[in-house]
Amino acid sequence: MNLNKLTILDAKEGLIKRQFSVKELVNDCLSRINKIDDKVKAFVTVCEKEALEDAERCDTQKQRCGDTKIFEKFPLLGIPFAIKDNFCTKGMRTTASSKVLANYVPVYDATVVKKLKEAGAIILGKTNMDAWAHGSSTETSDFFTTRNPWNLERLPGGSSGGSAAAIAADMAVAAIGSETAGSIRQPAAWCGVVGFKPTYGRVSRYGVIAMASSTDSPGPLTKTVNDAALVLNVLAGKDEFDATSSPKKVPDYLKGIKGTREARGIRIGVPKEYFVEGIDPEVKNKVLEAIKVFGNLGAEIKEISLLNPKYSVAVYTILQRSEVSSNLARYDGIRYGNSRAAFGQEAKRRIMLGTYALSAGYYDQYYLKAQKVRTIICKDFVQAFQKVDLIIGPTSPCTALPLGATKDASMFGELQDILVEASSIAGLPGINLNCGFSSSGLPIGLQIIGPSFSEELILKMSLAYEQETNWHKKKAQI
Amino acid sequence: MKDKTKLTDDGVRHIAKLANLTLTEDEVKKLQKQLSETLDYIKVLDELDTSKIEPTSQVTGLKKISREDKVKSSLSQKEALSSSFSVLNGFFRTKGVLEK
Repeated sequence: MNLNKLTILDAKEGLIKRQFSVKELVNDCLSRINKIDDKVKAFVTVCEKEALEDAERCDTQKQRCGDTKIFEKFPLLGIPFAIKDNFCTKGMRTTASSKVLANYVPVYDATVVKKLKEAGAIILGKTNMDAWAHGSSTETSDFFTTRNPWNLERLPGGSSGGSAAAIAADMAVAAIGSETAGSIRQPAAWCGVVGFKPTYGRVSRYGVIAMASSTDSPGPLTKTVNDAALVLNVLAGKDEFDATSSPKKVPDYLKGIKGTREARGIRIGVPKEYFVEGIDPEVKNKVLEAIKVFGNLGAEIKEISLLNPKYSVAVYTILQRSEVSSNLARYDGIRYGNSRAAFGQEAKRRIMLGTYALSAGYYDQYYLKAQKVRTIICKDFVQAFQKVDLIIGPTSPCTALPLGATKDASMFGELQDILVEASSIAGLPGINLNCGFSSSGLPIGLQIIGPSFSEELILKMSLAYEQETNWHKKKAQI
Repeated sequence: MKDKTKLTDDGVRHIAKLANLTLTEDEVKKLQKQLSETLDYIKVLDELDTSKIEPTSQVTGLKKISREDKVKSSLSQKEALSSSFSVLNGFFRTKGVLEK
């Protein structure tokens, strides 16, 4: 039946109308994984037995409680998810695609995982990523490289590359990723799916294997904007286990965006600095075309100026390496995991730079300086959002690069993520939407960035664009 | 400021020691080069005057977050030890740190 191709909302409708069972839905996803994942390599671990057991439990529950009513209590009942392998899953191997954690089986669930389970979601398995999330390609995974479903000789982007590829290839109905600076939006752009990075603090980081704690933000990768809104409804909220999680009330995003078809009264800023030198002309043209669509939907389009992204790259490099060296210091091979000798090249490189930047005599020159420029970047956005409501630009300066592109490029990720780093440093929410394809058939992504906690407005405008263009309906042929 | 950051091979070995990493001689050479390149790139920040700017360490605006100090159920000793490769009598076993 190919139920694996469904969106969350369509799957829910089918389940409510009893057109199929949860078991059939999960089975179709597992068959798809069995059929194509030896080519795509999106999953590090597939939990077939557990997923099928969960599916049976959902079907029984559904029969007992009534079809419609049960979804009020369990908004994701029976929906098969792929989870990035840096979210701790109780009793299910969690590696962060690193050899240090190759055999690590957590004894607790990350808050994100706990919330998904409480909402009735089913975990199909754990997806590949750059080891420890250090990268934008999945090529630094200690296990294998994930392929882009649109072209198997291309990279899926990263670090949430496995989750993006799993959605693009319909191996799951929805997926979870995490973004520190680009790790949701960039792979979503290269794989042509929706990727939402919420405001820092909107979604709990508890149980996520930490990368850069001051910017890590978990979020959904989905087939549609509505699905992203629904998953965000489940994930967002205060968590007593994460002191940086926000106590701000969580609106019903799905309800809030319902029926949006226009952008009247919305001021959209187009930063000229985001059409950087060296940007792929096809990417530039498609994003400019997309901006016209927003204009046609009634938005007021304004050119704006933001700080040159090259400063964000430098700030991010210092902050990220420093926080990494501190976060990865806990891996001593004593309580869990293998010894530090198991760290791969990229992790070693980052730990080394961070240790250097934080060491005596260099702190002021690097870390403190970067924190001060961080203030400048935050203020730059505050000023921009006095003039406009949202900012639109390309997500990535290019389409998916060929396998091997990252070899010995010590700042590949940073330069690849040049257009998403500033907003991550400022903790702002952002989404990637597919806005067309290159002449060689690779997806092109645009991003919409908004002020802190403007998730609903971003999703509204995204929905209006998605309905107007329908790029999301085009599927990778694999 | 365009001067090459003076990170030497010995400097790399020293940082590796601080970071508790063991590097091969090849890795030392490679990292010396790559870290120097990255440090050079970072120098673009010197173009910005930050003398009157306060640092930002986090962006949430939240302050003094605490939760009720109440004992709750937590991991059992067995669970807490379940992922370790080396356990003895209900404890983690580590390498000796004191010499005889």
